[in-house]
Amino acid sequence: MSTCLAELSNIGITFGQRKLLSNIDIRLHQGEIVTLIGPNGSGKSTLIRTLLGLQKPSEGQIKRHEHLRIGYMPQKLHIDPTLPLTVKHFLGLVRNVDKKDILPTLKKLGIEALINSQVHVLSGGETQRVLLARALLNKPNLLVLDEPVQGVDVNGQIELYKLIVRIRDELNCGVLMISHDLHLVMAQTDTVVCINQHVCCSGTPQHVKGHPAYQALFGIPGAESLAIYSHHHDHVHDEHGDIKTGQQDTNAHQHTHNCSH
Amino acid sequence: MIELMFRALVGGLGVAAIAGPLGAFVVWRRMAYFGDTLAHSALLGVALGFLFDVNLNLAIIVLCVGLAAALVTLQKKNIIATDTLLGILAHSSLSLGMVAVSFLDDVRIDLMSYLFGDLLAVSQNDLYWIYGGGIAVLLLLITFWKPLLAMTVNEELAKVEGYPVEATRLLLMLLVALVIAVAMKIVGVLLITSLMIIPAATARKLSNTPVQMASMASIIGCLSVCAGLWVSFQWDTPTGPSVVVCAAVLFLITYSIPAKNRKVP
Repeated sequence: MSTCLAELSNIGITFGQRKLLSNIDIRLHQGEIVTLIGPNGSGKSTLIRTLLGLQKPSEGQIKRHEHLRIGYMPQKLHIDPTLPLTVKHFLGLVRNVDKKDILPTLKKLGIEALINSQVHVLSGGETQRVLLARALLNKPNLLVLDEPVQGVDVNGQIELYKLIVRIRDELNCGVLMISHDLHLVMAQTDTVVCINQHVCCSGTPQHVKGHPAYQALFGIPGAESLAIYSHHHDHVHDEHGDIKTGQQDTNAHQHTHNCSH
Repeated sequence: MIELMFRALVGGLGVAAIAGPLGAFVVWRRMAYFGDTLAHSALLGVALGFLFDVNLNLAIIVLCVGLAAALVTLQKKNIIATDTLLGILAHSSLSLGMVAVSFLDDVRIDLMSYLFGDLLAVSQNDLYWIYGGGIAVLLLLITFWKPLLAMTVNEELAKVEGYPVEATRLLLMLLVALVIAVAMKIVGVLLITSLMIIPAATARKLSNTPVQMASMASIIGCLSVCAGLWVSFQWDTPTGPSVVVCAAVLFLITYSIPAKNRKVP
């Protein structure tokens, strides 16, 4: 088993009366890509913010590896238009950054031409890559990516996911990312955790796709119409039947009408 | 007369030079109303300074920093929107200052000079405060430039990368409070924020990097002070407002020139 970088156990978050997350258990390992998936308002971003230390959990514990270094890529980059800032200066803000690393990192991501551009004029895909560059310059052993492909077209999304895998292979770092669409990330992820206030199901992408909890959230028809990306769409139900026992899906349950979430 | 002019010019330039970079942060972080609130409360600082017979600059700094701390605490409680909170604090502290001043029977305070500044009344002692405070602010700004800017660009990224964001935010408030205390003599409580914001806003159009904008704001502020003083002597107009009018004119000129081949949209 590779090094465990961070372990979230029994995390719960309550805002006032509203329970946003409960009983979340996730372990992140070196070299593993974990994708968080869930509908809007399911608490994905809150969970990530908790791991980053931006949000205090109401209950539960987070154990971080003593040498944990996180490279964080936020969902959006809003920089006030009154602040003139080039990509080079934006990346130079990374704490203790070696300025000599900036250009090679940009080259690795294929955006070295942007080095002197103002951050306000970047396109969606360019912004995502600049943010990824910033995360990488922090020399992370865990990359935390909050919807890394937001605002990018489908082809660009696939490319970006491939890039993330390449980075993982190169740095042997752990990756935790949020995605809306399981089918696009399927090939690029090791583990999928489907959450909706709690962990609905988790496991390999194939397993989660066939899981009734996932299907209840995202719908089977949708899953089938998009299943052109999968080679195993005929066997979903069989797989589900096979895999369900022996997996750590203690929190999984069937979603029915009387379910509160 | 020459000495009077010279002191006014030296004092004004010192204030403008330091208000520039701080003003850039005020513009970037949309703290204009916050600056106003601190400035308005400075009058209360003056009244309290007279009342307890302490150095006025010191009283202003203490009050501004206290108010900034109170604001941060109240903001965290999230009871009312920040701009409402600022409005309440700004105007009630200004009014409280005016009321407190009226109680000071034995001291005659020239209220107008505190509200709108009196550059010609700058004393040798004021110059020490302006340059002492100014150099302290500048040194702090240079030392903590990177964390200040990182926090301004994106607080969460800065926090994850390990910058002490809370402390940096407090530092910025302290710096703004210092500049207000020092600049009050020149442009008065009602006009201080304009001396921070207008040159910085003008500088925006002329710069491509944060450092450029901060230093450009200083230069534009100094130009405004020179022009304002000249106008004031020429036509016998009040100095503080004259400086601000000149800054506004520079802003209008800069933004009415069409941008050519500029990287910045």
